[in-house]
Amino acid sequence: MMEQCSYPSIFIYGHRATGKSHVIHTLLKELELPYATVSCVECVSVGLLFEQVLLPLFGSDSASLLSRSPSLSDFVRVYKQLCVQASAKQTRYIVLDRAELLRDMEANLLPAFLRLQELVEDNVTVILLSEIVWDKFRPNTGCFEPLLLHFPDYSKGELQQILSEDSHPSYSPELYSAFINILLGVFYSVCRDLRELRHLAALNFSKFIEPLEQGKVKESDTHKLWRNIEPHLKKAMQTVYLREVSSVQWEQQLQMEEKEAGAVRGLSAHAHVELPYYSKFLLIAAYLASYNPARTDKRFFLKHHGKIKNTNFLKKNEKPPPQISSLGTLQLLNQVGHDDQLDAPKYKCAVSLDFILAISRTVSFDMVKYLYDFL
Amino acid sequence: MSKRKVKETHMPVGECISQYGYIFQVQMILRERFCHQRLPEKPVGMESQHKHLLELLRRTAVHGESNSVLIVGPRGSGKTMLLNCVLRELLEVKDVNKNVLPVHLNGLLQTDDRIALKEITRQLNLENVVGDKVFGSFAENLAFLLEALKKGDRSSSRPVLFILDEFDLFAHHKNQTLLYNLLDVSQSAQAPVAVIGLTCRLDVLELLEKRVKSRFSHRQIHLLSSLSFIQYLDNVRSQLSLPQDFPDTNFYDEWNDGIKTLCEDQSVVDVLQRHYNSSKDFRSLHLLLMLALSRVSASKPAIKPTDLLEASRVCMVDSKANILHGLSILELCLIIAMKHLNDIYEGEPFNFQMVHNEFKKFLQRKSHSIHNFDKPVVIKAFEHLQQLELIKSMDSSTAKIQKEYQLMKLLLDHSQIMEALQKYPQCPTDVKQWAMSAFG
Repeated sequence: MMEQCSYPSIFIYGHRATGKSHVIHTLLKELELPYATVSCVECVSVGLLFEQVLLPLFGSDSASLLSRSPSLSDFVRVYKQLCVQASAKQTRYIVLDRAELLRDMEANLLPAFLRLQELVEDNVTVILLSEIVWDKFRPNTGCFEPLLLHFPDYSKGELQQILSEDSHPSYSPELYSAFINILLGVFYSVCRDLRELRHLAALNFSKFIEPLEQGKVKESDTHKLWRNIEPHLKKAMQTVYLREVSSVQWEQQLQMEEKEAGAVRGLSAHAHVELPYYSKFLLIAAYLASYNPARTDKRFFLKHHGKIKNTNFLKKNEKPPPQISSLGTLQLLNQVGHDDQLDAPKYKCAVSLDFILAISRTVSFDMVKYLYDFL
Repeated sequence: MSKRKVKETHMPVGECISQYGYIFQVQMILRERFCHQRLPEKPVGMESQHKHLLELLRRTAVHGESNSVLIVGPRGSGKTMLLNCVLRELLEVKDVNKNVLPVHLNGLLQTDDRIALKEITRQLNLENVVGDKVFGSFAENLAFLLEALKKGDRSSSRPVLFILDEFDLFAHHKNQTLLYNLLDVSQSAQAPVAVIGLTCRLDVLELLEKRVKSRFSHRQIHLLSSLSFIQYLDNVRSQLSLPQDFPDTNFYDEWNDGIKTLCEDQSVVDVLQRHYNSSKDFRSLHLLLMLALSRVSASKPAIKPTDLLEASRVCMVDSKANILHGLSILELCLIIAMKHLNDIYEGEPFNFQMVHNEFKKFLQRKSHSIHNFDKPVVIKAFEHLQQLELIKSMDSSTAKIQKEYQLMKLLLDHSQIMEALQKYPQCPTDVKQWAMSAFG
């Protein structure tokens, strides 16, 4: 493989965290092959991509040969120039991670990289890593087909084995294995991503061994340990797994005693929106207007009209209050209809039922009584 | 076969080392062939096209006649290879070698006429001559370049061969200036110029403007493979065989005999027939042979039929099925729910709420093993499927509608899903039965 030709391009695909970049990098490092690795997420412009390819392969002053905003033609020319000065017997490797983003860059970039060996007349192989299948990459008029390799996902047993390797130094590996078994039992049917599972394992292990530390149970009492940790794992699925709560908050919450643990302040829109008092009523009115059929308005509101003093209704000739546009910016209301109807813009409420119920609770307005669908 | 096996096990150490050396050489020779680094001596199956092109270029190079030609053929049919073989033969003549100037342009690299002009200047080594001159138009610039070539030792200008790879991409430039000017020069008697375009589009002439098309000589060389299966098999054998000048005759005989037996094996013939039926070109064949070759090592110094079968399996596998294999149970249930929606509503787009309702129906009625997950967890699974591009939103304006109500489309086939279910590891039986039931 070293002084011989290599296929011009290789496409490796597989789910996240199946070891694609890890295996490639380990292999290239161990065999001491010249390579350059670029993550396409970081390359907001093609110039950055070219720079990151040239620097590891040809040294630190190679990137200066590129002009300010280089085109692909410049890149190939500079590469050829540098090859002449530093010709290598070994195959050079260029690894492009998250290659699906190449499709959104200039249209000639992907086909050119697939046949880079031919364009620069050098012994170079381009390796593309992605989680999306090759069929979605192929350009309209075709291209040089790369060698396709699949990295299969891990089975449950393999995940168990890999996760158990992170065992805590002061506890036995069997105990950690039992913990991983419980964790997989809860999360495996939802998520098979190794990175997420490792993160969850790291966050929750301290809670798992809490009864052991407090001396309440022995190591062999797996049933009691399971009973202790299971509700926490279930709660983790609703919060930390969904990134509703940050990892730091989660750890703090675990440390608090059961009695003290109040409601955790979530990161999502539900808990964080602090609207002024009148805006909340505007939103509630918008929701009712959006989701109740028009003819039922009379039925709901004439009877109870006396009780609703603070709700604002949009009258035909009045200018809409400025709070409406700020609600629009928050994307709680969506503008419907043409932009040129400036006098009477139409809006639609864009929040879910849970959200609006939460808001109406904060202003002590019993919304359910006014919703048509709940009669 | 067994004689060779006996030979392997009783080999002394010294021979093992030399065996390794031979395998190394075999790998080198075959890899050069498959990775397209070296041109073959004579391209296979395109003798008439080779003659035609050679004649054309000789007329430009030797007799000073201007020409234009398009080489058209699907991807991997050997256009660049044909051209390089012809050029190699042409440049063997000493006179021609001294005089002719090849200029290689590629549609992928030179995306603009300005860039193309700079590249032409560079390849003709006229950068010093041009210096900082500013030209009014493309035509002036080109005329200046060709004029500059005249000041050689001959009174007439040197013939220039313009080779335009990915010719169809040049037709997308503004006003097709480059093409117009090059073809204009080839029609008028300014300088002996040959314009050779290579493209994979059969309808390339439709892309050209009227004024450009009229200046083109409409000479096209088509490379449509017309190999029969027997010729294809012969070609496989010759591609895998070692050349005559291999140092060790014993190993040479052994290897070539092995290849001959390989090509007569029925399972191998079946595999090659399948590949031949899907595409006759050599590039896909080389991919297959490359995969088979990668299994050859010092401990296994021959290509066996199982290698080819395995390589074929890797080539022909459905990538989406591989991805479906790695999904979690919840994501798989969502895909089955989408399949049912597609069956009921005949392919109409759906949104997340509809899928979630289908899934909840399954949980209430038929499921024993699947837990009732919260809605946000199900939304996360749905979004994962979107990231893997197994489902796609129908319209691009994502801001206006709430994400649970955006219309989506499933990008998987009924048969793909059913096949993936068969291979899915430890699939619960109630999920499988739900998938196979007619009405969900």
